[in-house]
Amino acid sequence: MIAYYMCFGLFFVGLYGVITRRNLVKIAISLSIMEISTFLFFALIGYIDNGVAPIVNPADPDKIYVDPLPQTLVLTAIVIGLATTALLMAVIIRLYRKYKTFDIREINELRG
Amino acid sequence: MNQLLPLFVIVPLSATFLIMIFGRFFKDFNKYFASCVLLFLVVLSFYSMISLNGGLSLYKVGGWQPINKIPIGIYIVMDGFNSLIVCIINLIGFLVVFYSISYIKRYTAENYFYALFCLLIGGMNGVVISGDLFNIFVFLEISVISSYALVAFGVEKNELEASFKYQVLGGLASFLILFGIGFIYWKTKTLNIADIRAAFSNGYDKKYYLFVQLLILSGFGLKAAIIPFHAWLPDAHSSAPSPISAMLSGVFIKAVGIYVIIRLFFNMFEISEGMAILITTLGTISMVIGVFLAIGQWDIKRLLAYHSISQMGYVVMSVGIGMILVSRGLKPEVASLAITGGIYHLINHAAFKGLLFLNAGAIEYTLGTRNLKEMGGLAKVMPVTSATSFIASMSISGVPPFNGFFSKLIIIIAAILARFYLLAALAVIVSIITLASFLKFQRYAFYDKPKNPMGSEVKEVPFPMVFSMIVLSILCLLLSLLVIPSVREVILAPAVNILTDPLKYSTFILGQ
Repeated sequence: MIAYYMCFGLFFVGLYGVITRRNLVKIAISLSIMEISTFLFFALIGYIDNGVAPIVNPADPDKIYVDPLPQTLVLTAIVIGLATTALLMAVIIRLYRKYKTFDIREINELRG
Repeated sequence: MNQLLPLFVIVPLSATFLIMIFGRFFKDFNKYFASCVLLFLVVLSFYSMISLNGGLSLYKVGGWQPINKIPIGIYIVMDGFNSLIVCIINLIGFLVVFYSISYIKRYTAENYFYALFCLLIGGMNGVVISGDLFNIFVFLEISVISSYALVAFGVEKNELEASFKYQVLGGLASFLILFGIGFIYWKTKTLNIADIRAAFSNGYDKKYYLFVQLLILSGFGLKAAIIPFHAWLPDAHSSAPSPISAMLSGVFIKAVGIYVIIRLFFNMFEISEGMAILITTLGTISMVIGVFLAIGQWDIKRLLAYHSISQMGYVVMSVGIGMILVSRGLKPEVASLAITGGIYHLINHAAFKGLLFLNAGAIEYTLGTRNLKEMGGLAKVMPVTSATSFIASMSISGVPPFNGFFSKLIIIIAAILARFYLLAALAVIVSIITLASFLKFQRYAFYDKPKNPMGSEVKEVPFPMVFSMIVLSILCLLLSLLVIPSVREVILAPAVNILTDPLKYSTFILGQ
């Protein structure tokens, strides 16, 4: 059970980072931490105690297997996460070229 | 088993790749190909809505048959409700892409624009027709990634800042949704919406259920920009190129936000009274606060973006009233009237808000400014833009005989019949403030004396833009026909039935 709590802890570490950090790159890193905590959670819910890899062996029908579905979901989610992170970093680089700073307090053209 | 259903995703996705490859070699391939693809999707969506005939249809991807009545494959489902949304997505998408033929010339890299646009359409179609939770997430990410890129398409200071804000909040929403999906899978061991309903109906832990509902509501609420989660919307929608603003405001927040909330809370979760009251409250708050934030704006697109929040509030409030009545088991006919009003307003909003953003784009195209204080006297030089934006403004403020009047009327009548007198009064007041705000828009943009002397280059916009605006304004008038009972029975009643009778959806899918 402690692993689940640690995974939530990681989520809130990421959330804290997104809220308090002022550097654009650090915000992106905090988002990645949150993302990884969700992936970890998915990996955990697929785990079954004493389970083995889910390759069905007809000779031994009573074997306990871990749940393969969350693993495939995590693989899909990692690919999606890569795309979002790449796009976010691209936007951050463009922002740096325009403003010459990573400080979010100085990037405030949009108001109201 | 409808073989045509996967085409809604396959066609736009393959169009994306073809545009990226062939657009490099053939000039003008991209715009005409994208228009043809969208036109095909419009025909396909209307054909499948008509052939549906009030029932449901189902496609199993890869032909995976259920084992012991437990669905194991990916299901694509089309019913009365999402066929309407698919029609809106593709119709507005076609008009917007046709409008872009002239508009997008001011940007470089047209290829990327049309490719991302097709990707956006494919993602939204996928979200709407998908029958399981994880595919909703995957297609949601496809469409939001392309919308992040399209918001930043101008790569100037404002666009990049808006896109950054949008990406951070959108990322947060995605993780909340993913956590919600994880929690649901943990308890039910299934991802199919209908099967989750069946699994939860065998009993569940109340606190756990509430927690999951709150995660899902806040995740999709962020995508739909309901008020406590609205911070990204005015920036993102006002900074994007105008056709994309029309797409995002007119269709995107409905397809990935409101539609999914309605679908999941009616057909996946059991409707509980507390949740229904929470949803109604959120809707009312966004309806009221959105319009007050809008009234002080001088940037046209920002004003329209705040009105989007307010009008979505009407939809959420009205559907919420329906949910409260369904959960109490009282007055089923009033509940279905409230849900009818909500869905009707959803469709109408796509027409008039898309049109308003296209008008704003036309003004920006000729004058090069979005500030209302720098405009004036455009009614003489841009007659079509002026006339169509007048129709759209009257529609959104609820003046008869335009479509917005009838949907707001249904919502107010339903609120009164359900004895929510305060909500009915608020809906009327918000409608009046909306009217005031749009009269300001009309006066400053079109009827006042020009602030700056206008050169001879200020004239009506080119044909593709005019065509899209005229078609949408005709649509604004035609949609008011939906209020006639015999038409409503054919188009809106199937959508309402699938929601008010929540078990119909899951029993049909599990029975296949």
